[in-house]
Amino acid sequence: MSSSDRDLAAVLARHRYDGTRLVQILRDVMDPTGYISRPTITQVAESLHLPRAHVEGVVGFYAFFSSEPRGRFRVLFSDNITDELAGSQELRQRMLDAFRVDPDEVSRDGLVSIGTTSCTGLCDQGPAMLVNGRAIARLTPARIGAISSLIRGGSPVSDWPANLFTIDSHVMRRDLLLSAPLRPGESLAAAVVRGRQATLAELRASGLRGRGGAGFATATKWEACAQAPGPERYVVCNADEGEPGTFKDRELLTHHAHEVIEGMTVAAFLVGAQRGFIYLRGEYPFLIAPLEAVLAERRALGLLGRAVAGCAELDFDVELHVGAGAYVCGEESALLESLEGKRGIPRNRPPYPVTHGYLGKPTVVNNVETLLAVAHLAKHGGAWFRAAGTPKSAGTKLLSVSGDVARPGIYEVPFGVSIRSVLQDAGAKEPQAVQVGGPSGVLLAAHEFERKLGFEDVPSAGAFMVFDQTRDILAVANNFARFFAHESCGFCTPCRVGTTLGRQLHGAHRARQGIPPRRQGPAARVAAPQEREPLRARHHRRQPRPRRAGEVPPEL
Amino acid sequence: MSDERKTFTLDGQDVEFTEGQTILQAALASGTYVPSLCYHPEFRPHGSCKVCTVKVNGRTTASCTTPATAGDTVELATDDLKDLRKNLVQFLFTEGNHFCPSCEQSGNCQLQAVGYELGVVSGHYNPLFPSRPVDASHPDVLLELNRCILCELCVRASALVDRKHVFSLSGRGITKHLVVNAESGRLADTNLSVEDKAMSVCPVGVILRKRRGFRVPIGERTFDTHTASEIALAGARGPTEDGAP
Repeated sequence: MSSSDRDLAAVLARHRYDGTRLVQILRDVMDPTGYISRPTITQVAESLHLPRAHVEGVVGFYAFFSSEPRGRFRVLFSDNITDELAGSQELRQRMLDAFRVDPDEVSRDGLVSIGTTSCTGLCDQGPAMLVNGRAIARLTPARIGAISSLIRGGSPVSDWPANLFTIDSHVMRRDLLLSAPLRPGESLAAAVVRGRQATLAELRASGLRGRGGAGFATATKWEACAQAPGPERYVVCNADEGEPGTFKDRELLTHHAHEVIEGMTVAAFLVGAQRGFIYLRGEYPFLIAPLEAVLAERRALGLLGRAVAGCAELDFDVELHVGAGAYVCGEESALLESLEGKRGIPRNRPPYPVTHGYLGKPTVVNNVETLLAVAHLAKHGGAWFRAAGTPKSAGTKLLSVSGDVARPGIYEVPFGVSIRSVLQDAGAKEPQAVQVGGPSGVLLAAHEFERKLGFEDVPSAGAFMVFDQTRDILAVANNFARFFAHESCGFCTPCRVGTTLGRQLHGAHRARQGIPPRRQGPAARVAAPQEREPLRARHHRRQPRPRRAGEVPPEL
Repeated sequence: MSDERKTFTLDGQDVEFTEGQTILQAALASGTYVPSLCYHPEFRPHGSCKVCTVKVNGRTTASCTTPATAGDTVELATDDLKDLRKNLVQFLFTEGNHFCPSCEQSGNCQLQAVGYELGVVSGHYNPLFPSRPVDASHPDVLLELNRCILCELCVRASALVDRKHVFSLSGRGITKHLVVNAESGRLADTNLSVEDKAMSVCPVGVILRKRRGFRVPIGERTFDTHTASEIALAGARGPTEDGAP
């Protein structure tokens, strides 16, 4: 038995030879760069009694798994628009030049491969990258130089200086949820004393709607799950924060993990669940050990496990599952597929997860922020929560503010605030437009800045990316087109083919403007807002005529 | 409420349905054709090709997976939806390498037939020309991946009927592709046999029996003599080798 066979056997044993843990198993058997060889795929499939083609399909689905060998150091630059505006493409080019490789190509000595990945959730401290899965923020030419030297030196990433991997915390405004942390067990005790029905009534009275974007009433979802037939139920915390421009869950799981897990436990108490999962995005590996530590601490405190918080009928524990690079797994049914060890393809609905969720059992899937809110309102009551916000959008919302602002970071604001007020808080100078809710959300121009955040006007999962007057909005659209083409799961025709055609169209348009692929040209200086024509008119005026061969491209 | 006779309206006409039918199934049973590619009457609806898209109470959805519900207002043949369907079929022609005049399945191909039905005369978009090598390793079967539209019918048939899991999908987005259940990646190293259900469900020309090419001459094949709608409404399970519905 070779050492790699022993390693594989140990990994499989640790995961109880459970095929639903396939994504976790593959994470553990891959090499530091994500490479999983053909024989390894075969061995995993045989050991788990799964069709080999199924395992191959799962490996092929997730961006952090590779069926081809990569360089010993696999560098992935975060490709969100905020990274791009902060100079990520220039830094990437600098590194490609230094190692004399093309994008995604393995250097001849097998040392390095350099590519891009979707937003790594470090938009408040970008540009960012992942090296063999480890996140590095605040990239500068000097840092790129240091990283390149470390790669040349060949020492494993685990031996690199710790300060390279520091992730900062930027909470710029605190309100209901972030100003007064709860003691572990505090809100769970309040819920148990109040009782199941009365706590559900408080949840309903609070008007809490899901913070993941769709805004479904949390009480309605949980009541439906509680009433679904069958003894087994599950609570899933959706920590697959993949919408580019969003990073608030990273902060919540760093500094408020007890409260989030307490929210999950309250959910388990209310719906009658025995098991829970935190589905953490693969881009946040720095949160794995701290979250495991919090889970262990809560078990030691009697807040997870048997008879939680002294409540005889509450047996509940939580497992951490880590993703492997797939935006679509933020969608709840795709997330459940991934939790079951499959490709993250959204399910046809109905039936919905509340009745047919994880392994076909009743399941509630909730956003990290929703569960944090539950922990707080279980202690303070529904009216306390409802007092903030608007009639249709109760409470506060965490915004991840990034881009052209003086103070990027997390802003907890009451629903109903205007876009302008957030821009002022964050110190946006001459903002041209704001992308609210990430690429899947809306782009608001200056004449829409009086609009209000809330489900009745501008709904958002929290991303708030600001572009000032110097920015080319078509560069933003081009970045988003690239993102969607990269992250399409490929199940349905319109998205699978349409996103690629969209990306090609953007590429062709930019080529005609003389912008080299994947790099932004000099930023266009335009007039102050009051002198400007509407965006559409300006865009039409700037359409260049086709150039003749040999003609010099005009200045943008 | 007495609901002896449950109906929804389809472009203004009442359509009866039985509990458990989807909109597409109820429409076909009532004699109205709904274009589709990934739907097969013997398998649970899949909902991936989206060619069967309709509007239900104003909301766009795949009719093959949406349960028929009494009182719903369903739009099928509006100009917008016809354009959308035509676009989707053009997307599929754009995505793969489809050269009908030289294709062994011409006349037996649902993609081609639905294309004609919807008035698709060109791919419209710039073809993507993917590189998809042919797998001719199997003694009896040719795998012509250039034509795959990723409907997963062979995946489903091999898993659910044949219990062999010969086919699966890997990759994602535009790189999504069919793989076979062998470390070598070769069809010859799987346990596929010509009697398998997976051999007979491909709506295009990917899974082909060797030494059967052009047994039925072009001009006498299923869709040479019948339209896609006639075949679907006849309840046929796709084209037959004899060219009869």
